[in-house]
Order: sequence, then structure tokens, then C-alpha cells
Amino acid sequence: MSVNLVRVENLTFSYNSTPAVSGISFNLNKGDYLGIVGPNGSGKSTLVKNILGILPLQSGSIHLFGQPQHKFRRWDKIGYLPQKLSALNTHFPGSVGEILEMGLRKKNAGEKRQVLELMGISHLSSRLIGELSYGEQQRVMLARALIGRPELIIFDEPTTALDPETRDIFYSLSENLNRTHGTTVILVTHDIGIIGEYARHLLYLDKKVLFTGTFEEFCKSREMTGFFGEGSQHIICHQHDGTEKTK
Amino acid sequence: MMIAEIFNFGFVQRALITGSLIAVACSILGVFLVLRRLSLIGDGLAHVTFGSVAAVILIGFSPLYAALAALPLVMLSSLAILQLTRSRRIHGDAAIGIVSSVGIALGVIMASLSGGYNADLLSYLFGNILTATQTELVLSLIIFFMVILFVVSLYPDLFAVTFDEEMAKSMGVKTNRVNIILLLLTAAAVVSAMKIAGIMLVSALLILPPVTALQLSLSFKKTIIASVFFSLLSVISGMIFSFAFNLPTGGTIVIFNAVFLLMVLLAKRILRTQR
Repeated sequence: MSVNLVRVENLTFSYNSTPAVSGISFNLNKGDYLGIVGPNGSGKSTLVKNILGILPLQSGSIHLFGQPQHKFRRWDKIGYLPQKLSALNTHFPGSVGEILEMGLRKKNAGEKRQVLELMGISHLSSRLIGELSYGEQQRVMLARALIGRPELIIFDEPTTALDPETRDIFYSLSENLNRTHGTTVILVTHDIGIIGEYARHLLYLDKKVLFTGTFEEFCKSREMTGFFGEGSQHIICHQHDGTEKTK
Repeated sequence: MMIAEIFNFGFVQRALITGSLIAVACSILGVFLVLRRLSLIGDGLAHVTFGSVAAVILIGFSPLYAALAALPLVMLSSLAILQLTRSRRIHGDAAIGIVSSVGIALGVIMASLSGGYNADLLSYLFGNILTATQTELVLSLIIFFMVILFVVSLYPDLFAVTFDEEMAKSMGVKTNRVNIILLLLTAAAVVSAMKIAGIMLVSALLILPPVTALQLSLSFKKTIIASVFFSLLSVISGMIFSFAFNLPTGGTIVIFNAVFLLMVLLAKRILRTQR
């Protein structure tokens, strides 16, 4: 029987009476890999921030690991890699080691060493986060998201400004976490062509849910053809290997 | 009289202990405030303290307990700043400016109603650590221990909120609670720091030592330790220097803080050119 890790029902959120998302509903099962896609300003980050409790719930309901969000306390079960971090541009005086321990009551040196090795950044552990390149900073933040072996990881546009090689490494790692370790993944991006290769399910947003299903179903969807136009849909679905990926 | 002999006087010992306790509290809180771009909150709350002290003197409180009586008003003002910034339509600097101007305006009106600027009110404007009372020493000791307790017990949460508030929230950190305690303690530190530096200079104790420490590019914990070091060094050197040359202690302490910052900046520049 599939276990619901995230259940969103009829979620609506507005910024100063301007709707950001409206009537969003979906379920995410344990072991799933969900790609949330949509153009800029479509409400992807707003949806994620609502799930994580960063934004207050205005209308609708969110359940995490079977509990209403306001009663949920096991935030260590969820790892989060945000789109951008305010501190990273300000030469924040935190070492990589300190960043990895951020927010943790119990420190586990062995686990810290493991995630640093997994991300290939063991040599950076005593360096200050502000001194690192953007790619290295993203690896550090991903390492932080993996601390505590979370059952669910949420990535919000993690590959923005990454070079293609690092981006591919990142996507492979997210796929490996999902397939090998059974970690449930939500990945937010505006690049539907790339995420289609990795995600088991897609949620296409433009303030409301326009499509939900697999990448294969997306490529065959007449509604999406009508939305994107046949040419664009074809490019999205064939941009990497020339064939629609079947999961 | 030798400088060392000056420290035999009870009032000088009291001043040194009070000054050091407040300096440590301010330099620790300052690291979090500076990194969160809330440095000017000290200035704003100092202005509110001026209004609050003027109000409690007008009501008839003994000037000996004016700071203690003003404390709740200043703490409420710090929460008002937090509430204003949460409205999303008012930025932090504007919120500090609003509360600050209201505080100073109330101070001017209260001072006028109480028959002008008396000596007690002026001592809060420009500070005089040598007149620190036993009550003020106890108050600074309490604030010192509260700041240490707050930072030690909530360090992982404080670090996360300072790094990125949204990320801290996603980790389940009660960011609201951390922010409220941080601002309430800052309000308490500002009220007690007025005795050293005065309303005009109180924010320097919150800003200069952390900014100097931040220039050293150390880890977070080491930055806090360096901030405390520079702050203590400034208070002790400032007091000795002001005795020796008969200068105002508050101003001298602040100048020492600024000199240490300039020295660190200069050392950094020299090291950079040598590479």
C-alpha cells in the first residue's frame, strides 16, 4: 500500500490579494520523484514554501507524513535546497562544517563526513561558505539537505546558474537518491525537457494545475499540445535523445 | 596618581565591571544584528530609550531606577519594529526609522513638560559610566547572563536564522521565537549600554566590534569570540585612556572601537598587497 508523504488539497495563496496559486491539489507517495514545472511566476516556489511552512497556510490543507502540517514536528524528515540564499552573497562567516550542523541539536561527525564525501567536497570542510564558487556552495547546501537522511527532499530550482556538467551531476545524484536509497524527491524547475528524463511524475503549474501525469503522458497530452503548440511540445519531448522517454 | 591606583576606587571597579558586561552582551548580539542587516536597531532603540527615560522621570521615578523603569517600554518598541517589518509593506530600516523618530519626539515633549533637560536626562544622552550604580551593575549582570544563556541554548537555531530565515523555517526552527528573544535582549542591552556610551553612541557598541571581527574572515563561532575580544579591549583601553587624558569615557571607548576597525582594515590591505 502506498504511503502518502505529502497531500495538498485545494491550496490557494495570494500575495497582497494577488493570487499566486489557486486550487492546487495533489498527492505524493513514498518513493516518488515529482517534477513541479511551469514558467517563471507560475507559483512553483510559492507551492513549495507552503508545503514547508515557510509561508502561512491561507486556504486549503496540507498533510505531511499523514499529519496536518500545523501538527507536523519531524522536519528532520524533510531536506530542502532553496533557490537562493540571502547569506551567500554577503561573505557570511560560516565554515562548511558549521553550515552542515546548522539547526541540528545532535551532531554526528560520521554522517557529516559521509555527506561531504558523497558530494565530493571533503576538502572544503573548513573553508568559509562565502569564499566558495556558486557550484561548490550548491553542493554544500545539497550536503546539508542530505544530513539526517531525510525521507523527502525538496529542491527548488537547484540548477539555476550551474554549468551543464555540474547540472547533470546534480540530476544524476537526485535520481540515484530516489532509485537507490528510496528517497522521495520533489524537484522544482522551469526546464520540463530535462526533468522529464528523471521525474516519475510531473505537475505542470501556471498558478493552477494544468497537467499532472508522467512525462510520456505529457508528451501525448492533447491539452498540452493546445497549451504549448505542437512544435514546442515536440521540441520539449525530444530535446535530449530524440525519443520520448518511457518509464 | 598612577593609572593602576585609579582601579582601587570602588566606583571605578564598578564602572569597569558594568562596562565589560555590557560590552560583551552588545558585541555578541551585534554579530547577529549586523549579519541580518539590523545594525541600526540599536540607534532606533536608543532614541526610544531617551523618550522612555524622559517619560519615567516625568512620572516621578527616581533617576536611579530610570533605566529599569524604561526597560519595558523599550522592549515593547523592539516588538513594534518586528511587527512593522512583518507587514511586508515596510522594510526593516523604515520600521526602525519610524519607531526611532516617535521615541525621540516623545522624549523631546516629555523633557519639555518636565521643565527642560535636567542633569539626569543629559547623563543618558551622553553617558557616564563612572556614575554606574549598584542597580545598573546588577541589571547589566542579569542581561549578560541572559544573552549568554540565549546564545548557548539556541545556538543552532540562531545560526540557521542568521544564515537564512526561510531555510531555518523549513528545518522546523521557531524563527518567530528566536527573533522576539533577540530583539528583547537587544532592547535590554541598549538600555544598559546607554550608561557607557550614551544615546548618541550606543549603536557603536552593537556595530563596531562585530564589523571589525567580520573583517577577519573567521568561522561563525570565532567571529563571535573576536567581536567580544575587540569590544572588551575597547572598553578597557577607552576607560584607561579617558582617565589618563581626562576625556569623556563613552566617546573614547567608541573611538577605540573605530581605531581597531581601521587597524584591521589596514592590516588586511597590507597583507593583500604582499600576496
